[in-house]
Amino acid sequence: MSVLTLRHAPPERLDLSGITPDRLAGLSEAEAARLPVGTSRLGLVLGDCFTLALDGGEELRLAGGSDRLDRVGADLAGGTITVEGDVGQRLGAGMRAGTIRVAGSAGPFAGAGAKGGLITIAGDAGASAGGAVHGAMGGLDGATLVIGGRAGDRLGDRMRGGLIVAERAGDLAGARMVAGTLVAGTIGDHPGYGMRRGTILVERHGALLPTFVETGTQDLVFLRLLAKALDALALDPRFAALARAPLARRAGDLATLGKGELFTPLG
Amino acid sequence: MADLTLNGIRVEDTFAEAFDMAGTALVLTAETPDWAMIAATTMTGFATSVIGCGAEAGIDAVLAPEETPDGRPGVRVLLFGFDAGGLKAQLLKRVGQCVLTSPGSAAYAGIAWDDPHRGKAITLGGAIRMFGDGFAVAKRYGGRRFWRTPVMDGEFLCEHSVPTIEGAVGGGNLLFLGRAFADTLTVAEIAVAAARAVPDVILPFPGGIVRSGSKVGARTKGMMASTNDAYCPTLKGRAGSALPPEVNVVLEIVIDGLSAAAISRSMRAALHAATAAGGSLGLVAVTAGNYGGNLGRHHFHLRDLLDGAAA
Repeated sequence: MSVLTLRHAPPERLDLSGITPDRLAGLSEAEAARLPVGTSRLGLVLGDCFTLALDGGEELRLAGGSDRLDRVGADLAGGTITVEGDVGQRLGAGMRAGTIRVAGSAGPFAGAGAKGGLITIAGDAGASAGGAVHGAMGGLDGATLVIGGRAGDRLGDRMRGGLIVAERAGDLAGARMVAGTLVAGTIGDHPGYGMRRGTILVERHGALLPTFVETGTQDLVFLRLLAKALDALALDPRFAALARAPLARRAGDLATLGKGELFTPLG
Repeated sequence: MADLTLNGIRVEDTFAEAFDMAGTALVLTAETPDWAMIAATTMTGFATSVIGCGAEAGIDAVLAPEETPDGRPGVRVLLFGFDAGGLKAQLLKRVGQCVLTSPGSAAYAGIAWDDPHRGKAITLGGAIRMFGDGFAVAKRYGGRRFWRTPVMDGEFLCEHSVPTIEGAVGGGNLLFLGRAFADTLTVAEIAVAAARAVPDVILPFPGGIVRSGSKVGARTKGMMASTNDAYCPTLKGRAGSALPPEVNVVLEIVIDGLSAAAISRSMRAALHAATAAGGSLGLVAVTAGNYGGNLGRHHFHLRDLLDGAAA
């Protein structure tokens, strides 16, 4: 396992988008230390902030963390990145495969545009986790994003595919969803605002939009597939149990295409 | 006739001639085993011969809930066609008319997506969804894509596409020459049970047995096939009859499989089971049907099936 040890708090925001196991595999420690990560005129390189110990393998560990570490694992195509602390914005943005595990919390736009792989955040996530960055057509796009703590507002905003699981989330979860599945414990007001398609499955939620209509209770087979997918993630078993429970379904957002849905436990 | 024997029963030193086919498999599930079986039997109905029915289809296995994608009871069915185009047409018609319509049903690919012999995929759910009139939605879980088409009991869930298999073969067969109808039917039933116990094969004829074996062509102009007069007991004594005097009934089993190896295993199992039981049931001989070896690429020689325990 290669290890990057953060020596001190970064003096500026760092862009770690090029720091992935496959990129580091062919480099010596001296070469890797010269990779640019700065975002200002200071021209910071990796070696300015981290102590490097590389073995060319598919696992990379970031010892230490900071909310100034942006784009960790962006465009990851394989392998595993483990972060022992916090990260900044756009964690795993555009990743295609592999695994990212963050022991701390993440900034906004975690998993934006991620097409494959697994992102796990043990702590909280900022706004628009799994959401679309400004100007982008879509958010999460096939990857799986797991948030152990609280996600901010607009969780899964404009997501196009994939699976998000969060313990809690703020308002407007699943807003403008195009497709995909969002599972959470408790979310705030107005889930699914403007959603076209997609599935939101939650234990509790805040105020609902009037453009979601009750469709009753049906035993839909796809929920069994979702439960199996949640089983495979080895999460808190209550999420899979939620998918297997009797559920009330609402369809929406009828202000748009209206092919989305919101499931909540009966009773 | 040569003098091969197995369990004291004469086995002709000949071969079954079989053909390359396009094949696929589906897993059909439902709320109960009965309803999964109803969907499967309906979908595989009228599918005894690809010549007359457009496809050959049958039930390969009953699946326990833990063996199916959605954890419900299921049935695995196999479907064979002349070619990929014919197979696709039949698959869409049969799923559309017989599975979509069956209460609580769902349909999944029955060939693993990582099967090394996986062939081209046929778009299934991606076509059936058109029945949803724009209300169908897709879901992707575990790397597989499914369509949810609204129907009156909720939704019909169907995998977007299903793989075909490379190397599917149709036409493995055995003929059982017996003294009496009832006893020979029992022998054939025993053979069918043994043959069906082998995975990846179906026996598409009624109960797995065909009593109207055919030959290529006919005296009637334009007919593709006609009765296998050489094995019709009422035509014994005429030139061309292949039956000895003591034979009064012939029953055949036909086997299609996802691979030649599966057919070989199935034929071996059937041959051993039939001859083991046949001594007390008046079984005179076992043979196989072929067309001289010039039409089908696959030749299953009965001589090669004599050794080894039944599969």
